[in-house]
Amino acid sequence: MGSATLAHAKLLNWLLLLSSLVCCSAAAYVDEPNLSNSFLPHYEPHQGGAVGSSQDTRLHVFTVDYGYVQIPYEVTLWILLASLAKIGFHLYHRLPRLMPESCILIVIGALVGAIIFVSDHKSPPVMNSSIYFLYLLPPIILEEGYFMPTRPFFENFGSILWWSLLGSLLNSFGIGLSLYGICQIEAFGLTDLDLLQNLLFGSMISAVDPVAALVVFEEASVNEQLYMMIFGESLLNDGITVVLYNIFIAFIQMHRYEEIESIDVFAGFARFFVVGLGGVFFGIVFGFVSAFMTRFTHNVSTIEPLLVFMFSYLAYLSAETLYISGILAMTSCAVTMKKYVEENVSQNSYTTIKYFMKMLSSVSETLIFVFMGVSTVGKNHEWNWAFICFTLLFCLIWRTLSVFALFYISNKFRTYPFTFKDQLIISYSGLRGASSFSLVFLLPVNLFPRKKLFITATLAVIYFTVFIQGVTIGPLVKYLDVKKTNKKESINEEIHVRLMDHLKAGIEDICGHWSHYQLRDKFKKIDNKYLKKILIREHQPKSSIVSLYKKMEIKLAIEMAESSMKLSETPTASSQNSRNRHVRRLSPAEMKSLRDVLAHNLYQVRQRAPAYNRHNLPTNTSEKQAQEILIRRQHSLRQSYRKGNSLPWAKPVNTTEVRYLSLPQGPSQRTRQKARHVTFTDHHRSGSDTAFPVMFRPQPRLRPFEAKHRQEELIPMAHLDRRVRPSNPSGRRGNSIRQHHFTRAENLALMPKSRFTVGEVKGYESEEETVKMAPAKPLDI
Amino acid sequence: MGSAHSVPAEMRELADRTGFTSEQIEHLHRRFKQLSQDQLTIRKENFDNIPDLEFNPIRGKIVHAFFDKRNLRQESDGLADEINFEDFLTIMSYFRPIEMNMDEEQLDRFRKEKLKFLFHMYDSDHDGKITLQEYRNVVEELLSGNPHLEKESARSIADGAMMEAASICVGQMGPDQVYEGITFDDFLKMWQGIDIETKMHVRFLNVDTIAHCY
Repeated sequence: MGSATLAHAKLLNWLLLLSSLVCCSAAAYVDEPNLSNSFLPHYEPHQGGAVGSSQDTRLHVFTVDYGYVQIPYEVTLWILLASLAKIGFHLYHRLPRLMPESCILIVIGALVGAIIFVSDHKSPPVMNSSIYFLYLLPPIILEEGYFMPTRPFFENFGSILWWSLLGSLLNSFGIGLSLYGICQIEAFGLTDLDLLQNLLFGSMISAVDPVAALVVFEEASVNEQLYMMIFGESLLNDGITVVLYNIFIAFIQMHRYEEIESIDVFAGFARFFVVGLGGVFFGIVFGFVSAFMTRFTHNVSTIEPLLVFMFSYLAYLSAETLYISGILAMTSCAVTMKKYVEENVSQNSYTTIKYFMKMLSSVSETLIFVFMGVSTVGKNHEWNWAFICFTLLFCLIWRTLSVFALFYISNKFRTYPFTFKDQLIISYSGLRGASSFSLVFLLPVNLFPRKKLFITATLAVIYFTVFIQGVTIGPLVKYLDVKKTNKKESINEEIHVRLMDHLKAGIEDICGHWSHYQLRDKFKKIDNKYLKKILIREHQPKSSIVSLYKKMEIKLAIEMAESSMKLSETPTASSQNSRNRHVRRLSPAEMKSLRDVLAHNLYQVRQRAPAYNRHNLPTNTSEKQAQEILIRRQHSLRQSYRKGNSLPWAKPVNTTEVRYLSLPQGPSQRTRQKARHVTFTDHHRSGSDTAFPVMFRPQPRLRPFEAKHRQEELIPMAHLDRRVRPSNPSGRRGNSIRQHHFTRAENLALMPKSRFTVGEVKGYESEEETVKMAPAKPLDI
Repeated sequence: MGSAHSVPAEMRELADRTGFTSEQIEHLHRRFKQLSQDQLTIRKENFDNIPDLEFNPIRGKIVHAFFDKRNLRQESDGLADEINFEDFLTIMSYFRPIEMNMDEEQLDRFRKEKLKFLFHMYDSDHDGKITLQEYRNVVEELLSGNPHLEKESARSIADGAMMEAASICVGQMGPDQVYEGITFDDFLKMWQGIDIETKMHVRFLNVDTIAHCY
């Protein structure tokens, strides 16, 4: 009950904010003394200090000059508005499940458009061809390419390429030709649209933007292949559509008065391939160059994000100079660069790159949608029932046709073909989005006298697909019960799958087959031998994997200390179960880190279920957990200080226990022995750490771990240096052991407790070991 | 090509038993000849002739698997010294892709066989259990390609995996329990629900392939 009202309160808050912002922007539109001449005479008498009247030569105390900031002001307002809308969208929990986020962006755009229209204001010229292609499009493309999960992509690369390439071509030509057929019918009044224009329209409208569909898939955790098909399609589709668009425009410009000869058609085909492959090649070259540069940025880590962004942008621009597909260049640059850059850059740069990319692409998309909204509520429309309805119809028909036809062929070559359900889902997820709109908006009017018709038709299709298909695709997926992927995150699975990869590659070697596993193996070999040596910074003080591993150990230690401290405050019989739970809680964090180690180490940054969402970053749970651990630690430290608990004494003992947790739970006499040791030291403590002997139990007993190893592993932790400030017992990672060492040394009165220091504990352990070695045998198998 | 004439009848029998088509069998036969250098049997040393296999981190285990009697469906245990073509085919049949027209029972049996093959790869001492040491061994081999990684990390990964397996197979463990090792049933339990069998296949083509053995 309470949460519902809370949610409603939040919603109300958000609505208030939103409406206030809307009012602000509305006021901004209304209040412009300089631009709109019709308003000028109104305002002059009211605002005595208004600039604009050249007759007034007095010094003005208060002036308003809106024209100066108009464009950036309005753009910023739009972006803020969209961000607020997104906040509200996510606050109200049920909405994101119902409709994709693009819906809300379109609504905001329409709202802004309505305001602008009502206030009769001329919207700033934010969207023209050069601005779109040079500034608005690259961030979106870069973000798509950078966050692409490489391994599933390349595993399904054949199918993806086949599908997106031929699918786009088939759709464009299919829709264009069918519309041309419709245009021939006199009754609709469309006879002035010739073939080329129709083909161009077909290519524009077939640009798919299935990000909304991807979100739905992610939610429903559909199987990986399906996800990758749609993802790959969206990635390549943009590039292919723009290439087609440019080719057709070139045709139209060239042959306005003449017939198209077959040589031109061939030239068109050839150009298509040159443009496409050239783009990819460009991107790869730039990717390598930038990866190489990041090798040397060790001391100037603030420019690392800059390198990444600038090089990708440069790849895009250079490709565009040569009329090669900049989109494909940027995509391949991002893909190539990512692997090496991530090894080289510092952690902060890596985070910066991720977030900044998401931010930029978000901004671009917002602006485009706002523009779409503005155009909707505008005067440049031409409604023609026949054209629009048939466009919609043909879009749906041709997509379904192309899906079934192409997948039928592709299935013959796949070991695990796509089912009918999968194909149905794919054909239904053909949502159109910002790219179609942008392309149509930027048509040169002189070549397209009926541009408004195109705009209206495109908008209609976009609205239909986004609102109706976007909302219903979720229920459809559930209804069809598409095969799901089993997202069990486990180390075991990771190990096994890696093993199987190598096994398969090995078997194929033995069989003498050449398949894409071997291709990948070969690539990895070349990669290791040459590329990594050149592109990745060597002589790193610690390999990222090892430092990650050490981090994980520290986390473990801290959590152990945490949980034992908490337990020491509530010693009850049932605490054993809670301890079990505490120990269990370790596993996911540990598991995640171990998985990361495996994944990184085995060279494929693999994501089981690619969590791609244009609007959010996949959350990194281990980071969160580590932070939470730190926070809780600080909290409880402060608390126990206030309570006057003998905290500094308590902790070192706990850390010794960390070491023992990994030991097998030997016969009870050992625990008794330990208990004896512990109770001996208990005297010195004023604290309530009575529950120590029981601490050893929860760990499930496994093989006798080599205690020495644990020791060796953990002792380096003590020497990890962060700045040691003995007076500050905050929960800084890794410092906990060392500083207690120091506090110990400083405090002479506590000298007898010196056995708790790090060094001493070693002695403690070695004593234990002699006892341990004997009963170790029965545990061996 | 010694046994070329007695091929048809034998072929059919082999095809029935292992599930390969006759073209695939002929293909593999040619490959077998190459590997064995026209002998009737293959020994471990013959596998050294495959250059690409050198780089495979689990090379030893793969070769071992070929000679493991448990995989060869023989009753005895241990390692065979040499295998003939039939055995070769038997091992290869573990990697056939699952056909969509199989029924439930066949599917289940197939899946079990594949998983058993995997299990044997882990369980190197043939005692029916994957102990921690064996698991560590496997992980170390897998990670042997990376010079940066220390042995301890590999060990800890194996430990963590073992812990996870224990929690799946045995659930909450009491303080005095010892988790001996993963038995085959536990192994099956771990993979319940995950369609690992769809990943474990090699495409046996019907066309001529490029030979990689010199």
